[in-house]
Amino acid sequence: MYQYTDFDKQFVKLRAQQFRDQLERWERGELTDEQLLPLRLQNGWYIQRYAPMARIAVPYGEISSTQLRTLARIAREFDKPAPELLAHAQATQDALQDAQPGATLPAPPLRYGYGHFTTRTNCQFNWIPLSRAADVMDLLASVGMHGIQTSGNDIRNITCDALEGIAADSIVDCRPFAEITRQWSSLHPEFSYLPRKFKIAFNGAEEDRAAIGWYDIGLQARRADDGSVGFTMKVGGGMGRTPIIGSVVREFLPWDQLLNYIEAVVRTYNSYGRRDNKWKARIKILVKSEGQKFIDAVEKEYKAIVELDGAPHTITQAELDRVSSHFVLPELKAANLPAKVSPQGQLYQRWLQQNVRGHKLPGLKTVTLSFKRPGFNTGDADADTLNALAQLAEQFSAAEARLTHEQNLMLPWVHESDLPALYEAARALGLAQPNIGLLTDMIICPGGDFCSLANARSLHIGAAITERYQDLDELFDLGPIDLHMSGCINSCGHHHSGHIGILGVDKDGKEWYQITLGGSDGTDLSGPAIGGKVVGPSFTAAEVPDVIEALLGTFRELRRPGELFIDALRRIGHDPFKQAANSMRRPKADEATLTEHD
Amino acid sequence: MKIIAYSAAPESANALKTLQVSNDTELATLVASGALDGVQRVELHFPKFTDGRAYSQALLLRRRYHFSGDIRATGDVLIDQLVHMHRSGFSSAVLAEGVDAAAAERQFARFSAFYQGDVHEPRPLFAREAALEAA
Repeated sequence: MYQYTDFDKQFVKLRAQQFRDQLERWERGELTDEQLLPLRLQNGWYIQRYAPMARIAVPYGEISSTQLRTLARIAREFDKPAPELLAHAQATQDALQDAQPGATLPAPPLRYGYGHFTTRTNCQFNWIPLSRAADVMDLLASVGMHGIQTSGNDIRNITCDALEGIAADSIVDCRPFAEITRQWSSLHPEFSYLPRKFKIAFNGAEEDRAAIGWYDIGLQARRADDGSVGFTMKVGGGMGRTPIIGSVVREFLPWDQLLNYIEAVVRTYNSYGRRDNKWKARIKILVKSEGQKFIDAVEKEYKAIVELDGAPHTITQAELDRVSSHFVLPELKAANLPAKVSPQGQLYQRWLQQNVRGHKLPGLKTVTLSFKRPGFNTGDADADTLNALAQLAEQFSAAEARLTHEQNLMLPWVHESDLPALYEAARALGLAQPNIGLLTDMIICPGGDFCSLANARSLHIGAAITERYQDLDELFDLGPIDLHMSGCINSCGHHHSGHIGILGVDKDGKEWYQITLGGSDGTDLSGPAIGGKVVGPSFTAAEVPDVIEALLGTFRELRRPGELFIDALRRIGHDPFKQAANSMRRPKADEATLTEHD
Repeated sequence: MKIIAYSAAPESANALKTLQVSNDTELATLVASGALDGVQRVELHFPKFTDGRAYSQALLLRRRYHFSGDIRATGDVLIDQLVHMHRSGFSSAVLAEGVDAAAAERQFARFSAFYQGDVHEPRPLFAREAALEAA
């Protein structure tokens, strides 16, 4: 992973100092709430339903054991609500539950003391009081971590494929390019108050595992016939209320022009993006409304940057080499720990099949630890687990791990000979469910339990589906399925790109859920990126697990031997699935008799 | 960067030939029309401090149109944006009403350098460091 220079370390520390100064001025009344808002957002601090939420950047998902231990310390020492706050929050959630008689599912209690892995490889904490925010940022800065631009209307934390640089199908390791772009975008003087947030993703492999079609800028690395490296650039993708797939603006942008061209795109957006309506402020709306005119304007601006401004941010070979050399290949050693697991055991074999993937380097594998387990919310790791992960990474993966887009944690440097011992260790931690890529490997946002934007809760639905699908034979029979759920149209749970998507909506203070079918994030399995289609009017929470079961029942009935869910859906069309889903609606008249879940 | 408190006495109107430019003005058209000729100060207005269009305007005025007069930020100007303004090419700023100018100065002392180039130092950090090593 990237090793910080002295400048990088100092920069993060100064940023923490600056934030402390801003918070102190706010506490003294020198900054209003409104004036503090973008400043705290640009450091990753939201004010949520009951407490602040801190979003910590984990660039490219790469995290060291030392950093994991720091997150553990934050989970243990800082992620704690005062008892009266927790009591108030739980009572409010209980009232929300009571307001949906017969229409909801058992709701797990609010939890604290853990970090939450997000789809954009950040780690979030939900209960840290703002009065302790500056101390947390100092602690993070001591291990090279921060929340710079994890929120706000700026260029956000940049993401890559979790397998970037180590995938068997790697074309170009994009991490150095992503890091050069991250540095360029950090505290950018011109682009810190854009119309709306701006997200950039890189993918360096044959397969798109970074969902680049869904990004404001998506970059696919290419190698030309002469060996030179460049990027296909897509602009204007995004989810939210208006799901759009990015348009290609350049088929092959030479790598050294990356920053110059991004500057042209972002300047055009900063100048012409809509600021009158939050829902129309993303660059996708500008690209959609202006079409070729937008591309022409970007090209004109790019030409001016090169010809009139002297293209000052042209990346030099020396800089690429320098940054590349900071992505140090760690010393790779096998742990050689004894293991008792039977190599032919079915559970172990299933784990090998689902959770272990090939590697660019011979003799190595990547291993995904599953954070989709009964009794825990998706992507949640408490202090003990974070500490255990740090140790696991030290023992088996050169003290490095990676957060994944699917809200799991991957060990990138595992020796094949260590797989049995790692399996045993992961199993002891409850992180060896062989469900990676299967139905229960759901992407889920925190939803209405924590988020102030949410229209409905999502965690209780995740819990119900997880519980219902614990039979591994059944899960394996169903095969790979992307189930994505968001608690509101902001789409943090990427419901648009799920084979099955669940979207929480609010109607008169009641929680309802829209189901979509046939979305894709752009992987080989799912096909070109596309948004799913709604099956019909929304369902109650209580109906949702039945709807999922009905959809899967239809699939089992109609599939051809070996056919995958998404392929069957596309071949057959949505109609029989819709009918099955809609037949799960419960009569509304006798709600009073349907209180078994209260 | 000259920082002016909201309550400071307004300079006499004929001090500098000033052009006020709204943040949706197309600079290329403005420059082509000759409207900048003889202008000594351009005032760029922030209707809200979160509206960042004027940063791009200031940068283009300096870098692309080589405007060498004063570029002044007016409107909802707060102290936590002043460093960004300075780096984008603003040379003076009139703070919004009620904003304390004293806290503004120390914002400029915090960071000794930034990653990306700006109006005063067009080269990014890596180009500056490479030049230092070559020297």
